[in-house]
Amino acid sequence: MADVTQRIREIIAEQALRQPDEIALDAGLGDLGIDSLGLVEAIFAIEETFNIAVPFNANEPGKSDFDFSSVGAIVRAVEGLIAARAA
Amino acid sequence: MGRVVITGAGTVNALAQDVAGTWAAMHQGQCGIGPLDFRDVERLAVQIGAQVRDWNPETHFNRQQLSLYDRFTQFALVAARQAVAQSGLNFDGRMGLTAGVVLGTAGGGVNTWDDSYRTVYEEAKNRVHPLVVPRLMNNAAPAHISMEFNLRGPSFSVSTACASSNHAMGLAYQMVKRGQAKAMLAGGAEAMLCFGGVKAWEGLRVMSRDACRPFSLTRNGMVMGEGAAVYVFEDLKHARARGAEILCEISGFSMNSDASDIVMPSRAGAARAIAGALADAKMKPDEVGYINAHGTGTAANDKTECAAIADVFGPHADHLLVSSTKAMHGHLIGATGAVELLAVILALRDGVIAPTIGYQEPDPECALDVVPNTARQAPIKAALSNAFAFGGMNAVLALRKHEENAANP
Repeated sequence: MADVTQRIREIIAEQALRQPDEIALDAGLGDLGIDSLGLVEAIFAIEETFNIAVPFNANEPGKSDFDFSSVGAIVRAVEGLIAARAA
Repeated sequence: MGRVVITGAGTVNALAQDVAGTWAAMHQGQCGIGPLDFRDVERLAVQIGAQVRDWNPETHFNRQQLSLYDRFTQFALVAARQAVAQSGLNFDGRMGLTAGVVLGTAGGGVNTWDDSYRTVYEEAKNRVHPLVVPRLMNNAAPAHISMEFNLRGPSFSVSTACASSNHAMGLAYQMVKRGQAKAMLAGGAEAMLCFGGVKAWEGLRVMSRDACRPFSLTRNGMVMGEGAAVYVFEDLKHARARGAEILCEISGFSMNSDASDIVMPSRAGAARAIAGALADAKMKPDEVGYINAHGTGTAANDKTECAAIADVFGPHADHLLVSSTKAMHGHLIGATGAVELLAVILALRDGVIAPTIGYQEPDPECALDVVPNTARQAPIKAALSNAFAFGGMNAVLALRKHEENAANP
């Protein structure tokens, strides 16, 4: 799944205007300066890249089953959705 | 400066295809939101909306007209016909030279864009209907209204997303007040409920998949509506001289910009717009009895709007009735302020406060009397109507009950 991690880093890096190797797995999106519009753009890129549907409503971000708390959490959540799709 | 009154009103929306039916539905707290019904709806993540049901354009227009009228123009024309008929005005002759129409719309002929793109992209055809451009342009609706009623004064469309129709009505008010026109038709029209229209909104992740619940702790987003409302704004002296029935008075308008974020609302910007409308109307905060809120049912709007109202009204905020009627007729985007003005007129004229339906649980960040679920009876002498758009563009109208022989000359 190293490939998933790398591609998530690239997606987050693009929204954060940084290089992928600057994106630490324990970093939160807020720490990286990603706002609400950056988040929906990142979700769109994740969905397009991995051909998955990410459950997220901006009005109730806490209720999403998808964990956005850090870059690493996003990687694990995406891996979960990819596994669910394959199953 | 003259005074401006409303002498005619018309509407088509999900609650009803006329004003009387819409008022009755608002009084009863009916919900016009339901499953969407159009091509490819099964490919949408959001499948609810406040759609105009049983719309038969053939009963209103002939075949030649229909080849020119997008759905938003159809709604606008039918609403305008009702408003002009109620006003009793005739614009033939000199009257038409001093009358025009200003309409708000965010998307214009979205169905026409959608159909045309489907033809060239999906069906790979290299030819589209020859009248695509005159159908889809934002000013098509006011243009056809000007032609139908012979309005030869200033006519144009205004596009400021969710504040479009409040901006349109505010501009029309200012024109009549300054004597640039004796009467103006004003309002808004929108028809975005088609596959491409809703698909675009889905991407923002702000739409609810189940219901619109403004100010409720359980709210989870907006629900889109469609339709139109059009009014006749008229110089008070002109209306009195011909013995017209007056629905209410428009007494102030304020518009400003947040200059901060393309989608997030600003408490300070909203508060400035509300305070500006009061100042323009020379209305004291404690005169205001009702506010028709923007109240979209999104997390961000509702708490920001409540905070802005509290900032402007201070302790009087606890005595205000504040409702959002969007849970009934949906968010009509560029036409929403126009349809919501019907709730303001209902409050001023009949003392009926349209409720905020769908309300489930109080939100401490929206701690105002939001008239939950059931309409209320209350005498209202002054009211505001809020609209706060994407782009940070705010437009607030102030209105007063019309009382003959009022002290105000």
